Amino acid sequence: MSNIALKVENIVKKYPSILALKGVSFEIKEKELFALLGPNGAGKTTIIRIIAGLTNPTSGKIYLFEKNLFENPIWSKSQIGIVPQYINLDVELTVEENLLIHGFLYKLPFPFIKKRIAELLEIADLKERKKSKIKELSEGLKRRVLIIRALMHQPKLLLLDEPTIGLDPHIRRKFWSFIKNIQATGTTILLTTHYMEEAEHLADRVAFIFSGKIIAINTPQNFISNLGNYALDVYLSDRVKSYYFKDKLEAEKELLKYSKDHFVSLRRVSLEDVFLNYIEKNL
Amino acid sequence: MKGFLAVYLREILLFKKRIFRILLSFSINPLLYLFAFGIGLGKNIVIGGKSYLEFLIPGLISATSMMQAFAINVEINISRFYLKIFEEFQASPVSHFSYALGEILSGVTRAFLATFIILAISFLAGVKFHLNFYFFLAVFLNAFIFASLGLTSAMLIKSHADQALVTNFIITPMMFLGGTFLPYRKSSLFYKTFYRNFTPYHNFSYFKKHCFI
Repeated sequence: MSNIALKVENIVKKYPSILALKGVSFEIKEKELFALLGPNGAGKTTIIRIIAGLTNPTSGKIYLFEKNLFENPIWSKSQIGIVPQYINLDVELTVEENLLIHGFLYKLPFPFIKKRIAELLEIADLKERKKSKIKELSEGLKRRVLIIRALMHQPKLLLLDEPTIGLDPHIRRKFWSFIKNIQATGTTILLTTHYMEEAEHLADRVAFIFSGKIIAINTPQNFISNLGNYALDVYLSDRVKSYYFKDKLEAEKELLKYSKDHFVSLRRVSLEDVFLNYIEKNL
Repeated sequence: MKGFLAVYLREILLFKKRIFRILLSFSINPLLYLFAFGIGLGKNIVIGGKSYLEFLIPGLISATSMMQAFAINVEINISRFYLKIFEEFQASPVSHFSYALGEILSGVTRAFLATFIILAISFLAGVKFHLNFYFFLAVFLNAFIFASLGLTSAMLIKSHADQALVTNFIITPMMFLGGTFLPYRKSSLFYKTFYRNFTPYHNFSYFKKHCFI
C-alpha cells in the first residue's frame, strides 16, 4: 500500500492577468513535514488554497490518500486542516467559542468537541485564556488559536500557510517546537514559508518554488551538502559574491587570497544559499 | 450537528454578544418613522376607518423585517472581505446549501427580533392589533425571501462599496413605494401592476396589513 498522503499532478492556475502556477507537481509522504519555500508571489498560497478547496485550479489533479480531491470535496475537506496566513478568527467570540464552532462545522459530536477543546488548550498552553475574546489576545496567541482550531477535527493533512509570519524571533522558535510536536502525533504537514531557516529547521523535505514553478525538491541536508559546507562571502563594490567549498581548508586558502583586496567572511552554508543559487540559475 | 446549524449557531453567538447594540439600532428607525409619520403627520389621517398609525405599523413591520433580513449581506461581507471567516466555512465540509440555509435562518431571526421590537413599541404607543398565525407566516416568508436576496447579493458583489448600490437602488425604493406609508389602491394602474407583479415586498406588506388590522 502506498504511503503517499498527497499527490499534486501538474496543477496550472491562470488568473485573468497572470499565470500563477505553471504545472506544479510534487508528492508528500504520510507523516512527513514538507515545506514549500519561495519568495512572495511565487505561488505558495495559491497551491495551499487549491488543496484546501478555496480556489479551483485551471487544470491538473490532486490525490489525497489516493482519492481524487476534486471528486470527493466534502470528504477531502474533513481530512484537511488549514492555518491561513491571516488571522481569520471571530474576534468578538472567545477562544472556546471559536473552537466550538469549528467542531460543529466539522460535524463532531458535542462530547468529543468538549474533550478536544480541553486537550488542545492544554497543548497550546491556552487553558487560562479560553474565555478571552480573540481581540484581547496578542498576535502570537491568536496564531496559536489558529493552529489548534485547525487541529480540532484531527486532520490527516495540516496545511500551514506562513504560520509564523510577523512573529518575533523568540516566539517563532516556540512555534517550531509546537509544529514538530504536531508532526510527532502522526499528522502530515505541508508548510509554506519564505523564512529559509524555518524550512531548514522543520522540514523533512523542501521544494523551492519560483515564479509558479517547482525548481527543485530535496531534503535540506542534501541541498546544503550538494552545494558545499562552507560559504565564503566576498564583498565587491556593487554586490556580495559567495563561493562554496566542501572542505574548510580550501575555503580558508581562498579567504586569504581574497582578503588582500576585499572584505570577506567565512560561514556555514545555509538553505538560503542553496535557494539563491537556484534562483540565479533560473533567472 | 448539521452544517447549517453550525453556521446559524455562529450568528446567534455573535448576536448574543451584541444584543444591546442590536436592540438599540433595531429600535431607532421604527421609532423615528412612528414619530414622524404616525404621531406627527398622521394623527388626523384615517384610512379605511382606522387611524394612520394602525395602518402604518404592519407596513413598518414589513419594511423593518425586510431590511433586517436583507442586512445579513453586510455581516456576510464583513466575514468575506474583512474578517475572512467566510474561508473557514469554505474550507469546512459544509455544503453550499447548508451554509446558505444557516445564514438565511439568521436573517429570519433578525427579522423576527425587529418585528417584536416594533410590536412592543406599538403596544406602548397604545396601538390595537390582532396577531394571528398568518401574520407570523407572512413575517417568516418576507424575511426568508429577503434574507435569500441578501445572501445572493453578498455573494455577487465584489467590494464593500457595491453593497450600498443594492440597498439604495432596490431595497429602499421597495420600502417607500411598496405600500408601507400609503395605500397602493389609490395609485396609478402602472404602479399597481408593477408592484403587484414584480416586487415580493409589496405582497407581504399588503398581506400583513390584512392579517394585522
